[in-house]
Amino acid sequence: MIEMLLSSAPQWALTHAAPLLVMVPLMLAPLLALVPSGRVAWLISVAATAISLVFALILLGIIQSPESGGEVRYAMGNWLPPLGIEFRIDALNAMILVLVTTIGLLASIMSYPTVVAEVRKEKTALFYSAFLACFAGLCGVASTGDAFNLFVFLEVSSISTYVLVALGASRDRRALHAAFNYLIMGTIGATFFIIGVGFLYAATGTLNMVDIASKLPALDGSRTVQAGFAFIIVGLGLKAAMWPLHQWLPNAYSYSPSFVTMFLSATATKVALYALIRFLFFVFSPTFAFEHAAFTYLLMPLGIAAMVACSFQAVFQTDVRRVLAYSSVAQVGYMILGISVGTAAGLSAGLFHLLNHAMIKGALFMAVAGVVLTYKGTNIRDFAGLGRSAPWTMTAFAIAGLSLIGVPLTAGFQSKLQLGYALFEHGWWWAVILVVFSSFLAVIYVGRILEAVFFQPPVNPRKTHKEAPIVLLVPLWILALANIYFGITTEIPLGLARDAAAAAFGLEAFR
Amino acid sequence: MNSDHHVILRVVSKMLLPIIVMFAFYTQFHGDFGPGGGFQAGVIIAVAVILYALVAGVPAAMRAVPPAFTRSLAAIGVMIYAGVGYWALFKGGHFLEYQALFNEPPGEHHGQHIGIMVIEIGVLCGVSGAMLTIFYAFAGRVAEIRDKDW
Repeated sequence: MIEMLLSSAPQWALTHAAPLLVMVPLMLAPLLALVPSGRVAWLISVAATAISLVFALILLGIIQSPESGGEVRYAMGNWLPPLGIEFRIDALNAMILVLVTTIGLLASIMSYPTVVAEVRKEKTALFYSAFLACFAGLCGVASTGDAFNLFVFLEVSSISTYVLVALGASRDRRALHAAFNYLIMGTIGATFFIIGVGFLYAATGTLNMVDIASKLPALDGSRTVQAGFAFIIVGLGLKAAMWPLHQWLPNAYSYSPSFVTMFLSATATKVALYALIRFLFFVFSPTFAFEHAAFTYLLMPLGIAAMVACSFQAVFQTDVRRVLAYSSVAQVGYMILGISVGTAAGLSAGLFHLLNHAMIKGALFMAVAGVVLTYKGTNIRDFAGLGRSAPWTMTAFAIAGLSLIGVPLTAGFQSKLQLGYALFEHGWWWAVILVVFSSFLAVIYVGRILEAVFFQPPVNPRKTHKEAPIVLLVPLWILALANIYFGITTEIPLGLARDAAAAAFGLEAFR
Repeated sequence: MNSDHHVILRVVSKMLLPIIVMFAFYTQFHGDFGPGGGFQAGVIIAVAVILYALVAGVPAAMRAVPPAFTRSLAAIGVMIYAGVGYWALFKGGHFLEYQALFNEPPGEHHGQHIGIMVIEIGVLCGVSGAMLTIFYAFAGRVAEIRDKDW
């Protein structure tokens, strides 16, 4: 399919795919602020995300073709790097870009009914404007090759995210508090990141990532570089909801409009995690991060703490969205654990889980959005009996839930398997036991919801729960079936993750 | 007339307003040769309207410069900026490549000059629009809980 796209695309699309991927949504975002009608805004945002997806696939195709050398570099304004800002796409970015744009397209298709139901009418077009800005920012973070430019795009996406979360206020007033909390924490994270970049700039005199990476080995043992490293990791860790910096996440996910929760859970933390990986492995060499700074012994406990502690917290939540939010932090823990191994196998397992988790959480929150549409409550008790009145929505929810647990024949199982392989290979058999233990906790918290959905009578039998509308069901089922499909044949996502890990390490032949 | 005791304030600010706006445009167009540019100029223009709002009241300022206008201005500013990028693309250059705006050979600088000029105008619109929108959002906010309800 990608080859067909490559051969049919005009030349300008091939050369300018990298900037257009980001700039089409960024140009349309302000346009939407001028559009009065919510429906037109919806159609435009679907179109914008679809165009971005096409460009992301083109970029992926170019990178996978042998003549490209595995990277695409585009100098903005034709100012050559390291002086100018460049967009640099390799297998690692391309994977994240395909993920973000695919989820963005599915999310914007399903958004219209939920946005109409949850956001005030005069704000609908502005809501989509903020969504496209957020989307463009995330794509920008994932495509830029300049450390400062990454900060700018991180802020573009974050600031619009705060707005999106706050717009949940018409459904639940606590959204305002959650958004403010997120704003403070997110700004602290961004500030830490930019301080770190400042240190690196002071030490190396350049902001281009490739250039920084080439100059850092000469600066071995420099305190400035070490301080910069610490600031960058903490800053990006905050954005990626790395335990214990995740406190903003549960509230932000449970009170924002359900479409926003769905989009953010599948993309925002993933992109921040990408930036973390980019700095850990690419800008700083793995030897610096994992041997000199003893990073394994910092990241690994944090990852394990996240997956055990937050799974426990998820068990005791009564609100479905909070259960899923805490579970998200736990899943970030798996990815951090994979990264902390410090080997290519570990990183590719982490990235593989990143892909799968985006599909899982996307489907779960999409189903929750469908429930919220007809019935406002998101308490587990409110879900009772939904399996009978909304079978399609809830079956997809169940598939994604099983995938979250890691039941065989689902995508979640495959990524935990890969994580287990990587951990065993490294001799961390005890970590495998902890992964299995935290999966058992997932059985409990997913099981509680599924039990209520399929085996309990409805709380209020007179209140009829309707099936979600078709625009929501189609993307939901695409994600749910993807969970099964990639649980049976892992060739595509695992190949993407391995290429990405190889690109992060700079290895030529890893496959 | 309940605002008579502000008469000096009103007269002085009325005199200052055009000077502030003129200084904003000086900052804007002098940005080519010295300190200044679209961001600073945008803030100064916003200051003129904010000063008017402080003296004459927010409703009067909102009548003169409606919130819908400031919001659109901010959006249009971003589009002007990005538009220059697309203009360069259509001319066959890279995104935001000023040299390509008029298909000039190296050594000619009209594209560089016009390009940065248009971009700074976009920044001017964007910044002044955003500043005023933020100001209106705070100043025009009606207290949701009345004071006596506390």
